[in-house]
Amino acid sequence: MKAEHGVAVRAENCGKTFADGTRALEPVNLDIARGETVVLLGPSGCGKTTMLRIIAGLEQPDPGGRVLFNDADVTRVPIEQRNVGMVFQSYALFPNMSVADNIGYGLKIRSIGKAEREARVAELVELTGIEGLERRRIDQLSGGQRQRVALARAVAVRPSVLLLDEPLTALDAALRERLRGELDRLLRTLGITTIYVTHDQAEAMVLGDRIVVMSKGAIAQIGRPRDIYFAPASRFVAEFIGAANIVEGDYAGGRLKLAGGTLPLANGAAAGPVSAMIRPESIRIIAAEGAGLSGRVDSVSFVGDRQRLMVSGAAATAILVDVPNSLTVNAGDRVGLAVEPGAIRVLASGK
Amino acid sequence: MRDRIIFAGQLAFTLLVTAFLVVPAVLSMMAGVTANYFRGIRSGVTLDWVWQVWGLYADTIGRSFLIALSALVVCLVVGVPAAYGLYRSGGRLSRAVEEIITLPLAIPGLAIALALLLAYGGFSDFRRSWLFILAGHVVFTMPFMVRSVIAVLAAIDVKTLDESASSLGASPWRRFRDVIVPNARPGILAGSLMVVTLSLGEFNLTWMLHTPLTKTLPVGLADSYASMRLEVASAYTLVFFIMIIPLLVAMQLYAGQSAAARRRR
Amino acid sequence: MSLKTFIGLCLLPLAVVVLAFFLMPMARLIVTGASGEFGLKAYAAILLEPRYRATLINTVVLSAAVTAATLAISTVAGLFLQRHHFSGRSVLIALLTFPLAFPGVVVGFMIILLAGRQGLIGHITQAFTGQKWVFAYSMEGLFLGYLYFSIPRVILTIMAAVEKLDPSLEEAARALGAGPWAVQRDVVLPALRPAFVASGAIAFATAMGAFGTAFTLATNIDVLPMLIYTEFTLSANIAMAAALSVGLGLVAWAVLALARTYGGNTVAAAG
Repeated sequence: MKAEHGVAVRAENCGKTFADGTRALEPVNLDIARGETVVLLGPSGCGKTTMLRIIAGLEQPDPGGRVLFNDADVTRVPIEQRNVGMVFQSYALFPNMSVADNIGYGLKIRSIGKAEREARVAELVELTGIEGLERRRIDQLSGGQRQRVALARAVAVRPSVLLLDEPLTALDAALRERLRGELDRLLRTLGITTIYVTHDQAEAMVLGDRIVVMSKGAIAQIGRPRDIYFAPASRFVAEFIGAANIVEGDYAGGRLKLAGGTLPLANGAAAGPVSAMIRPESIRIIAAEGAGLSGRVDSVSFVGDRQRLMVSGAAATAILVDVPNSLTVNAGDRVGLAVEPGAIRVLASGK
Repeated sequence: MRDRIIFAGQLAFTLLVTAFLVVPAVLSMMAGVTANYFRGIRSGVTLDWVWQVWGLYADTIGRSFLIALSALVVCLVVGVPAAYGLYRSGGRLSRAVEEIITLPLAIPGLAIALALLLAYGGFSDFRRSWLFILAGHVVFTMPFMVRSVIAVLAAIDVKTLDESASSLGASPWRRFRDVIVPNARPGILAGSLMVVTLSLGEFNLTWMLHTPLTKTLPVGLADSYASMRLEVASAYTLVFFIMIIPLLVAMQLYAGQSAAARRRR
Repeated sequence: MSLKTFIGLCLLPLAVVVLAFFLMPMARLIVTGASGEFGLKAYAAILLEPRYRATLINTVVLSAAVTAATLAISTVAGLFLQRHHFSGRSVLIALLTFPLAFPGVVVGFMIILLAGRQGLIGHITQAFTGQKWVFAYSMEGLFLGYLYFSIPRVILTIMAAVEKLDPSLEEAARALGAGPWAVQRDVVLPALRPAFVASGAIAFATAMGAFGTAFTLATNIDVLPMLIYTEFTLSANIAMAAALSVGLGLVAWAVLALARTYGGNTVAAAG
């Protein structure tokens, strides 16, 4: 059970129009509980960084917007006085200071005495695993080391909210995956209210207690990772999180009619045309004879931990099916497709 | 509120500094067209002083332009190919050569002039002609042309252009003429403006090298400051300003344009 | 024709020009410096002879003072102009940089108009205090003159450097609680240090070698370039003048070489 620290954050009616007229953020409302880790997820330009900067105090929301920390209105409070811990995408470490001085900078500003400062810096160095680097200059550090210093610096001041702006984006893929796990453990240990911005949905799933999927300046869906993955609210969310097959068909009498057959659909939707999402890993390959839905395998790709098939003829567009490596299937084979009724998610019409 | 006070304070300071730079220049321009400086603008506005300056110093104005344009021609003919040669050969030798040709920027004009006098003072025909001053100006302005062209060559990755042109069969001279020079035009232009502006305003070197028959405009200015009445000296300065300010404006506009173009790219 | 030959042809004219009109004369200068009554000791005279040493110290102190003042003024104005966009900003910038190509002579003249016997400042102080404040023909006037042509140069360099500053560093400092003054002290000024060194060195070297301004203001201001001039023209002490010139050139070159190791490649002009 993780301890909870920090403040509850509330963004009320926060929109942002920049001086040149760009509308970066439509008015949104967001409630973040104390100690919760919320991930703002979306493609570039969706407004997630703007949202983060408004909560940080680096941008002011459009008139009518408010930011509250534990019910206190901090909209007019400048960032210097909000006591937030911020990790920037480029880390923004001070090149004129050593690692230890960087980490201790916030404490120095708060006039914390030298002995106490050094103790706290040592604590954080141990927590982030950068022992031995205290005297180094910033340009002597690797990407992963810089990331840890940036984190240590942000956490040193015991912030009320931890704000991370795509902290892993600047690293290469292998390093990113490793640090993701470490970051997850660290955030759970600290238990501070955390807002994390990323465009990487794998990161969002691992790190977030809740995910806020954003698109074009507005919130598309808020929910726990499982809810968002299995029950996306719209086509955009479905396609942004993981691979998705979007099929169009007619629903009648408990079955969804597609080009290559029908599938049982438990959802009590009204009869008529529907859009539905089916995850590639929820489709089972069965014998073609007697199957409710069948098609022809166009290609088989070996991805490493599984095989990904492109099956045409079952629906209007090709369907992606993930199958285990133990299954032998070749291009050109006729196959049947079976899906649990609960794994077919009807989407709201529109995007 | 605090922010606004800081802003106002900084603005006031900047305006003060600007005034320090602008007011004397405006004063001297005004003095050049005032009938009597000591009585101020009330004594009337006149172009008499300017005509007097023209009568006394027209030759200096012409000579300054002659030297500036000649320096430009020499810098173009000698400096542009040299910049290409230096850039293409790369390596330690070319960096050393760049250091050497940049030395005249570090060494005071006085010293260079002295050096030239010692070396060529004996060749009285050369020493008495305007070509002697031209030599000094070329030494002093060449680094600007060379540096400017090298900078643009580096920015457009001339090496790849050169290699692709040669793969199409063009000889070095054809490549230089058809590919290198046209693409280096921004640097050549910037360098040219710089050379002309610097040559027109050069004093330290020219004062030591001049003879009564080879005066340039800045040399004439120094004469007039010492011996002419204030209004004439001011009018002469006004003429100088009229010559040089358009060039400065062109340089600034050009620099701003190319910076914006680079940003768009 | 091979590329190598072509490159050689490209470099040949430059080599000729530089050799004939720069390297050879400079060599002659150095040799002449050692040919006078002091011999090679003339080169040490700049430090040993009290008269010369006094002039050297004068020049160094003046140049250092001008450099410090210029850096301070340019930083305040440069930061302000680069960070705030308001109507009239580009006009201000243009006005601040147009004196860039004014020869020292003209600057001297303008200082006379400002602070000379009939100068503007004299008139103003006379109106207020009954006493005319005239300072054009002394070190103070020279200081002002040097300031005049140093500010445009330095302010351009500083503004270019400010433009390249990474804003996220300042945001990070602010997020950690640093107020505006702390942000300047801990983040902005340290980041501008290379620009300070580069442009400061150029300002210093230019001030050391400036001649026109001192020449206009008076022939008896005690700075090194004036000393060289009077040794050459009035005392006909060619060897000494040559030696002093070489010394002055060395100092200026050394200062600029130091600046280049900090990565600046801005150029100096006139003086």
